[in-house]
Amino acid sequence: MLQVQAVGRRFGTLQALQDVSLAIDAGEFVALLGPSGCGKSTLLRLIAGLDRPDSGHLTWDADQQPKPGEIGFVFQDATLLPWASAADNVLLPLRLTGVPRSQAMPQVHAALHRVGLGGFEAARPRQLSGGMRMRVSIARALVTRPLLLLMDEPFAALDEFTRHRLQEDLLALWQDLGCTVVFVTHSIYEAAFLARRIVLMTPRPGRIDQEIVSPLHADAQTRLDPAYAALVAQVTREMARALAA
Amino acid sequence: MKFAPALFGLASLLAWEAAVRLTGVPSYLVPGPLAIIAAFLADPTGLLTSLGSTLLVTFAALLVAASLGVVLAVAIASSRLLPAAIQPWAVVLQVTPIVAIAPLIIVWVGNPFASLVVCATIVAFFPVFANTAAGLASAPTELADLFRLYGAGRFATLRLLRLPAALPYFLAGLRISGGLALVGAVVAEFVAGSGGFASGLAYRILEAGYRLQVPRMFAALVLLSLAGIAINLGLGGLADAVLRRRGDG
Repeated sequence: MLQVQAVGRRFGTLQALQDVSLAIDAGEFVALLGPSGCGKSTLLRLIAGLDRPDSGHLTWDADQQPKPGEIGFVFQDATLLPWASAADNVLLPLRLTGVPRSQAMPQVHAALHRVGLGGFEAARPRQLSGGMRMRVSIARALVTRPLLLLMDEPFAALDEFTRHRLQEDLLALWQDLGCTVVFVTHSIYEAAFLARRIVLMTPRPGRIDQEIVSPLHADAQTRLDPAYAALVAQVTREMARALAA
Repeated sequence: MKFAPALFGLASLLAWEAAVRLTGVPSYLVPGPLAIIAAFLADPTGLLTSLGSTLLVTFAALLVAASLGVVLAVAIASSRLLPAAIQPWAVVLQVTPIVAIAPLIIVWVGNPFASLVVCATIVAFFPVFANTAAGLASAPTELADLFRLYGAGRFATLRLLRLPAALPYFLAGLRISGGLALVGAVVAEFVAGSGGFASGLAYRILEAGYRLQVPRMFAALVLLSLAGIAINLGLGGLADAVLRRRGDG
């Protein structure tokens, strides 16, 4: 789907990304894993087209630059419009891409239903819990049926139980929808649970150390699976080695 | 607890009345509350008509200040050059004492009502303008990124993100500007009144002063204070109602 080729990005004196190359295939679930300052969020913004690289380039397959609505983005905060209802928040991407309201509303209801928020259409963000707000945010990202879903530490601010539920639901959604997911996280457990492929990144300058392919087919039971524990151990070991180097 | 301010006010008025009566100060120096009420009741129509005239100037100025403030704030938000060009002049406008430029404006504008409105607008303009400008810039960068991601143009971003985000700021600015518009109107009336036209409360105060009708001066002053309090509470209530209706207040 996408080739990231020798990409570099510098902010002032900070080399956020240096010589980063990465291939992303259609339908994959890739995690970008690393500590703060390793440039994983910068890489995600480059893929989204919200920022441009200083060197190197991103090449889309068949030269198909994604059109608005073909990329969904989920931020660390839910970043909802506080004055708008859940339904209006989910409607926003369709509204901005010019889908008529009569056509959009069924999609909005379907998206809210898919994230388990059927019946919450009229709720305002401040009436919802942190986990529910994040669900609205995910529904908003999914409502355009994007080819590529970019997620920037979306569950980092949630409590662990809510986080586990959302991780499991996200996996089910991904298997359902068949879209490509690039997921930025600083949690080894999260990366190992969610991703088919884990990209290990190191800071100063931000670069890719190595990629680890997951042997798991994750579902809710995976957390108790010895293979999951082994993967966590492997990633932990490799990350420690990469950061010490 | 809730009635404490009212009780304090009542006690102060009683003490005031008692002090005036006990000391026997003549009412043309310090009138008691009852004398002030009597002065109002002697000519309620005249004073209330003047109050109406002052309020008309106040609200006209507030309307102009709010419209101009929002338009200029939006212009500033959608340009890089304009803020740099306009901001310093907005500050000049804010720090120039209105008393000093009111005579000039009255001479230039000519029409008495219009010149009063211009003076009050100058005083009321800055808070609503500065607040709205801050509100337009207050939307989180992630949301602005989201709008870019979906290919939203400048106009759509303004309409669906920046203006709604600025609404609470605008309403807070409007409340401050409302009080200032009244102050501006009264100051302008004082300047204009000495020129012999205008019919607002400030002119009544001047007129009563020349005639040593001190209770009537106080009556006009009390009306002005009450008007100021009403404007402040009214605009505060408006802000609460609008934000509650929108669901985020």
